[in-house]
Amino acid sequence: MEVGIVGYGAYVPRHRIKVEEIAKVWGADAPSYKKGLMLREKSVPTPDQDTITMSVEAARHAVRRAGIDPALIGAIYVGSESHPYAVKPSGTVVAEALGATPEIHCADMEFACKAGSEGMFVALSLVKAGQMPYALGIGADTSQGAPGDALEYSASAGAAAYIFGREKIVAVCEDTYAYMTDTPDFWRREYQFYPRHAGRYTGEPAYFKHVLSCARGLMAKSKTTPADFRWAVFHQPNGKFPMRAAQELGFSKEKVEQGWLSPTLGNTYSGSSPMGLSAILDVAKPGDRILMVSYGSGAGSDGFIWRVTDHITAVQGLAPHTRAQLEDRPIYIDYGTYAKYRGKIRKLAE
Amino acid sequence: MIGSARYWREIPQRYRYEAAKCAKCGRVAFPPRLVCAGCRGREFTPVKLAQTGVVETFTVIHVAPTGFGDETPYAVGIVKLDDGVRVTAQITDCETGKLAIGDRVKLEFRRLQQDGESGIICYGYKFVPAIG
Ligand SMILES: [Zn+2]
Repeated sequence: MEVGIVGYGAYVPRHRIKVEEIAKVWGADAPSYKKGLMLREKSVPTPDQDTITMSVEAARHAVRRAGIDPALIGAIYVGSESHPYAVKPSGTVVAEALGATPEIHCADMEFACKAGSEGMFVALSLVKAGQMPYALGIGADTSQGAPGDALEYSASAGAAAYIFGREKIVAVCEDTYAYMTDTPDFWRREYQFYPRHAGRYTGEPAYFKHVLSCARGLMAKSKTTPADFRWAVFHQPNGKFPMRAAQELGFSKEKVEQGWLSPTLGNTYSGSSPMGLSAILDVAKPGDRILMVSYGSGAGSDGFIWRVTDHITAVQGLAPHTRAQLEDRPIYIDYGTYAKYRGKIRKLAE
Repeated sequence: MIGSARYWREIPQRYRYEAAKCAKCGRVAFPPRLVCAGCRGREFTPVKLAQTGVVETFTVIHVAPTGFGDETPYAVGIVKLDDGVRVTAQITDCETGKLAIGDRVKLEFRRLQQDGESGIICYGYKFVPAIG
């Protein structure tokens, strides 16, 4: 029995900050950041947006495309490293907003930037096991970099949601693969506001080792080569890393560009490769094969092979396209507004 | 600040826009009520509000009540939804100076307020400009 994506959706906040605006505050050289990281601007959540609100909007888009009664969804897994509560699940709020309660299983996932694909993997597996007709996996984050840190140029906000099922599939899951090791490249201890990272170390033994090994392992397992894929999408901590990963694996720029959102979106952490996949599904044609590889520090990668079905054309127009949201009347803010929105300014208690 | 008990009770309206349609005259009540304001009927069927509409009127708040001070200036408006129901809510994600009567908006899930840094976060709906 084939299992796959029956509905998908993304959500992009409307506010943006440009690299120049951050660089000027810290006396950094904007052109070298833009060139070095291949980033121009990033999305910024307003104070009334968080992982839960963006998850709800992305999931509503997914439900519209799936055309199902939300009460039939058997599980919701929200993957994020910025759940609004330390103790109180995000998934139950999302489930309530969709109308999927009370016969539902919820769990919040955490694994740095890999939490979204992790939720997708578990949701997909439960449907495959015949435990439930539909399951929903979401990747969402409103991540923060410490002021002046390199991460501040990239850490952004966004969400993507995937409903898995067995009927009216828009993209069949042909194969999966996972690759993990204990790698201390990026972490945040309890009660700490900002994460820490191992600087330049985060490239080679962390991101590239796991992403490349996962992609190669998945292609070996499924006996495929880059020539078998129309599209590929990788985790996007900045603009540069996914492009280099694609090049090393032998995927042309033309196969990755559609899902390469980071130059104007930034790094949406758990939302990153799932949002890239949604931008690809928006334009994919029946028969297209897609390679997807996520990455989460700590460290690991989940890999998926999707094959787009004839049904895709019936659902693409049922919810806003990801790139359309990215380009629709962005509101640019200055660093002061950004600092206020992101809680970086210390105030008197009310 | 909305109390947590009241907040919890209002979840069907705040999260899912659940309204009640009068079985006799068809008038939609939001939030739902026990007696129809149009015909005094007492029988209702549950309906979900249309999620897009048009700004009928709005005002821009410059001096906000406690808990909303960080958000000024912000717009609060009455929106006539495509099913004819009028809903009052904040209109966000727009420059208040450019907002106009007749603008098309849609409902979006947002944080409404939070009880300080340690209390509950209240979620609900606000209006935002409709895409495109
Ligand atoms: Zn009536």
